[in-house]
Amino acid sequence: MTHALDRTAIAVFVALLAAVTLLGFVAARWKRGDLEKLHEWGLGGRRFGTVVSWFLLGGDLYTAYTFVAVPALMFGAGAAGFFAVPYVTLIWPILFVAFPRLWSVCHKRGYVTAADFVRGRFQNRILALAVALTGIVATMPYIALQLVGIEVVIAAFGLHLSANVAGLTIQLPLVIAFVILAAYDFTSGLRAPAMIAVVKDTLIYATVLAVIIIIPGELGGYGHIFASVAPAKLLLPAAPAGSLGASSAYATLALGSALALFLYPHSMTGILSSSGRNVVKRNAIAMPAYAFALGLIALMGFMAIASGVGSMPEYAAGFKAFGPNFVVPALLLHSFPPWLVGVAFAGIVIGALVPAAIMSIATANLFARNIYKEYFNPRCSDAQESRVAKIASLIVKAGGLVFIIGLPQTYAIVLQLLGGIWIIQTLPCVMLGLYTRWLHPRALLTGWLAGIATGTWMASTLSFKSATFVLHIAGLAVPCYAAVSSLALNLAVSVVLSAVFNVFAGTRRDETLAEDYL
Amino acid sequence: MSGRPRRRARAYHLLLLVPLLVLWVPFYDRAEPALAGVPFFYWFQTAWIAVTVLLILIVYVLDRRTGSGP
Repeated sequence: MTHALDRTAIAVFVALLAAVTLLGFVAARWKRGDLEKLHEWGLGGRRFGTVVSWFLLGGDLYTAYTFVAVPALMFGAGAAGFFAVPYVTLIWPILFVAFPRLWSVCHKRGYVTAADFVRGRFQNRILALAVALTGIVATMPYIALQLVGIEVVIAAFGLHLSANVAGLTIQLPLVIAFVILAAYDFTSGLRAPAMIAVVKDTLIYATVLAVIIIIPGELGGYGHIFASVAPAKLLLPAAPAGSLGASSAYATLALGSALALFLYPHSMTGILSSSGRNVVKRNAIAMPAYAFALGLIALMGFMAIASGVGSMPEYAAGFKAFGPNFVVPALLLHSFPPWLVGVAFAGIVIGALVPAAIMSIATANLFARNIYKEYFNPRCSDAQESRVAKIASLIVKAGGLVFIIGLPQTYAIVLQLLGGIWIIQTLPCVMLGLYTRWLHPRALLTGWLAGIATGTWMASTLSFKSATFVLHIAGLAVPCYAAVSSLALNLAVSVVLSAVFNVFAGTRRDETLAEDYL
Repeated sequence: MSGRPRRRARAYHLLLLVPLLVLWVPFYDRAEPALAGVPFFYWFQTAWIAVTVLLILIVYVLDRRTGSGP
């Protein structure tokens, strides 16, 4: 980078990160529980009330990658990038209606993961394994992507602290951040990200507030910001004849992303760590505050267009290295005083560490409970199970680090795109399973496989660059998010085969009772 | 038994308004009426967040009065 390394910004940044690290270790003593038990280490003992859950879920779902990628998309593609707003609007009714039931049944039966629930409800080990593996595979690239946020910010500081190991350039700050993260996760479990999420969200809200106070003033108001965006980018592109065009892509992207979100293991962990079903409901009401913040963050893409940072020589190297993902750091460096840059950048880095921590804990829970205990050591003690989870969380994080260092960034992005298509295939057994046991486990398994195969095939025909696959329905071209169309196939297969299998099947077992869900 | 759950279910139907409007893209994919220079596309979708909060709040309150959830 050509711009000077700013001491004030770096001092503020380092001080905030040091404070957060300390907090991560102190968290082990908070709401003290026996960390030798999986639900204590991996779910914080299901003891988080409305306020802590609000911060935890917010810290969990609105990741640093979102903060970097959404404005980048607005900057590059314009209106189409705003789908993030209807997406985060749709998730709260879904959380409010379906997930208190999941909380209740998991609390009653001691389930720690979605796969636990599926195992109990459908009494089928293979289906539970499919759910566990889908969760693990879909989350790993997501963890790796969090590192992109950290990388961009560190580069924006103009810090060059890298080492060459076996021909690979390794960013030292990235490694340090991950070692710290791994250490406090190991000792404190979910309590660490829960506590740090409070700091993270405070920093992010402060940054957003500063953005809406400072930047529109500098750029001559919102009217001027929108006026400086090319008219073609301001709305969705008009649909060609015989096609629904960008509208159906926009709507299905919002819908598919929303349906997939709470199926991810890290969202599940956030929900299950609440202290009651009413905590989940109250959060569905209070959480949209984050949706407002995200809307404002998305507009930073347009603010960047209006400010002209894209063509300023001092940011050219950053844009060259990271493409549009450099929009947010460039805009902040351009418009904020140095100390505020330090606060905002710390917010982004901590905003990467919190979800990365929860994601690795969630995948570790899945591994320990649904793979290790289920298949390798059914009679393991609570302490052994918890120990395996702690070690698994280390391995998952190391995997993320190797991924981002050893492979091009585009791999993580492609896999995360596929992850969304894969995880949504667990919707029939997890979300519909909350309401009915009518679906047959073997039908669900076949539907899951059909959905994953079709969705992956659709993405492959697009060279894994996009997930908007054009369906042709009665002569009409319908661009549709592959997760939604493959889910539709999955649902159709699950329902039709269940009708067939249920004719031949005797009574199936189900360890949950109707009142467990209330 | 019969009246209460049905009323509860009706309240929950309010939430269907959210996907209905949010997913009807052609309705809001327009620049006018703009609000203080902000095109309709942007302010409508942002305002809809507030409407969603209100709808969930209404259902939550009705729900508490009648019982504990669907």
